[in-house]
Amino acid sequence: MSDKSHDPNQMTGAAMIVRALIDHGVQHLFGYPGGAVLPIYDEIFQQSEVEHILVRHEQGAGHAAEGYARSTGKPGIVLVTSGPGATNMVTPLTDALMDSIPLVCITGQVPTHLIGNDAFQECDTVGITRPCTKHNWLVRNVNDLAKVLHEAFYVATTGRPGPVVVDVPKDVQFATGTYHPPRKSDVHISYAPRVKGDAMAVRKAVALLAGAKRPVIYSGGGVINSGPEAAKLLRELVDVTGVPITSTLMGLGAYPASGKNWLGMLGMHGTYEANMAMHDCDVMLCVGARFDDRITGRTDAFSPGSKKIHIDIDPSSINKNIRVDVPIIGDAGNVLGDLLQVFKAEAGKPDLRAWWAEIAKWRARNSLSYKKNNDVILPQFAIQRLFQATRGRDVYITTEVGQHQMWAAQFFGFEEPHRWMTSGGLGTMGYGLPAALGVQVAHPDSLVIDIAGDASVQMTIQEMSTAVQYELPIKIFILNNQYMGMVRQWQQLLHGNRLSHSYSEALPDFVKLADAYGCVGLQATKPADLDGAIEEMIKIKRPVLFDCRVAALENCFPMIPSGKAHNEMLLPAEANDEATAEAFASGKALV
Amino acid sequence: MNQPASAYFMEEQKAPNESHTLSVLVQNEPGVLARVIGLFSGRGYNIESLTVSETESQKHLSRITIVTTGTPMVIEQIKHQLDRMVPVYRVVDMTLTGRSVERELGMLKVRGTGEHRIEALRLAEAFRARVIDATTESFVFEITGNSSKINQFIDLMRPLGLVEVSRTGVAAIGRGAEGM
Repeated sequence: MSDKSHDPNQMTGAAMIVRALIDHGVQHLFGYPGGAVLPIYDEIFQQSEVEHILVRHEQGAGHAAEGYARSTGKPGIVLVTSGPGATNMVTPLTDALMDSIPLVCITGQVPTHLIGNDAFQECDTVGITRPCTKHNWLVRNVNDLAKVLHEAFYVATTGRPGPVVVDVPKDVQFATGTYHPPRKSDVHISYAPRVKGDAMAVRKAVALLAGAKRPVIYSGGGVINSGPEAAKLLRELVDVTGVPITSTLMGLGAYPASGKNWLGMLGMHGTYEANMAMHDCDVMLCVGARFDDRITGRTDAFSPGSKKIHIDIDPSSINKNIRVDVPIIGDAGNVLGDLLQVFKAEAGKPDLRAWWAEIAKWRARNSLSYKKNNDVILPQFAIQRLFQATRGRDVYITTEVGQHQMWAAQFFGFEEPHRWMTSGGLGTMGYGLPAALGVQVAHPDSLVIDIAGDASVQMTIQEMSTAVQYELPIKIFILNNQYMGMVRQWQQLLHGNRLSHSYSEALPDFVKLADAYGCVGLQATKPADLDGAIEEMIKIKRPVLFDCRVAALENCFPMIPSGKAHNEMLLPAEANDEATAEAFASGKALV
Repeated sequence: MNQPASAYFMEEQKAPNESHTLSVLVQNEPGVLARVIGLFSGRGYNIESLTVSETESQKHLSRITIVTTGTPMVIEQIKHQLDRMVPVYRVVDMTLTGRSVERELGMLKVRGTGEHRIEALRLAEAFRARVIDATTESFVFEITGNSSKINQFIDLMRPLGLVEVSRTGVAAIGRGAEGM
């Protein structure tokens, strides 16, 4: 044997992968083995620093890693095999790209000499994942592997975070090469995200805010991604300026829901006061949000009278949908810090009494009201009770996608960032259950609840088996109305009430299903039973499937019909058949 | 009350399309061209012309020249979307800087005899096209210039027996002493 065999940095590609994970402080990874990753699994078997969580489907691994990442601020790690392992990751990767979640996904690949030969379990992983990752790599030489792995971590977690894929052929995993610990030169010199905002632009923003009569802050997921400091600065900015604040779905928790300047979420199912404030404001400060179509409604009618300031780390988010007056490219926390400093030094608290009086009138419309019912559980009521029952507890919430998700956003108040995990951009049904797994792995002693729908939850329900295996006491709180509620709502509003394939004819008995998985099943059918059942669910230290039978035909309001402006919201009290038909008459073609 | 005008009195603004030439300096690595092209097809941007070649082999740099069309807002988007890609060093809008030269090379095969053949040669001379292959009944012309000059030459050759055309697409470079 040569001297090289004594060099501790000489190792196989598979060993390098595990070593790189350790060097980047990774404690958990989510994955599923297969032929093309067996050498890596062999290395995982022989160490104890990184814990592997075996899921039941690769999509589950991806969403679990997303939940892990969102609740910790650290990257989520996924390990899957070639071919179907990689293609099953496409949904979580796209989800993470849309919501700017840092994921490092390692995929196995067929040996290099077989690439392009239609080998067993071969697919063009880098080709397929190119549009759904921030960057991806195929490593053909074991001596490039360390550099690529370190760069992958760097790219995933810096700038606007996002998912990355490192595709490693099996022969590269077996081959021996030289490993090196992370170093600066591992990263492309062409990749240099801007963090610090332009000082002139910051001054302009302060001048606008100080002179505003009707200002509003609209914050988003960028504030959460920037870290706890950014949320702290945002709160301070709101206090110092006295400006009302609303947030996107992704940004909930950056400013506390109990805070006095809080308007509630904005957008399609946001509150009336938040949307009216956006529409009528004279200065808008957007921090870490991207003027998505669910936020803006009709773009040509979006906040017509305002000067807009936009802070974003991604230059391509600026002027994409809405023209802004003062763009500031930089990290939300960094720019908020500068903004606050300049504001404190040069401006005083503006007099916003007239503006707040106007907002009070909108608030009085009580846009989240619903008719109480003593016979059937209303989904809004269920979430309010869940919210009350979890006060004073260390709670994390995930959701699936649909009506229940919007009700959760409306009725569950978040006081802190990183407590709310939901699929915002992609709208992935089946996200919440595996995401809850990931959150629970990161926070083993916390209460982790997936607010779910009966349709969504079945898309990844096999992961209950993972929860049981790893004793992860996640609570799956299913608002069971036997419909794909949001699909049905749109069919009622836009498609002549023809409920095409939105009713689930043959739902499983969730209580028996829980039993089959070896976890606990609970059910509530009457409002009077709800509190007791929720209390029981919280007390159980095992995974729970909670079948909450809710009113079948309840719809989610308020709502901006798509293609309409913020000041054309449909409020629950006014949503009779005629008004609804009128409001939706022209919006059919929109999504 | 300070009520803004209703949304429905607003005209939907549709800015006219503009043509822009973008020079993109990238790391020459596998898949980089696929990333750029995928961005255009995935986001529905137009590619009028695209040329790519390694320009600095020591540093593994390639230069991609893209001619694209879109509203000013879309062109702005394209530049930012390109710029945020990991292997992209720089994106320069040659049309905006206004100080650039653009060239394209075309090769045309023209088949004919008698008057047509003589006329084709005469026009080629006027356009400073070179004959790079000839048989008794055909020529291959090489012509360099901006795209409109080549378009014009092609139009003139069509009635004279134009068989086929091969074009490189536009390459562009800034005027003056400074690099991009």
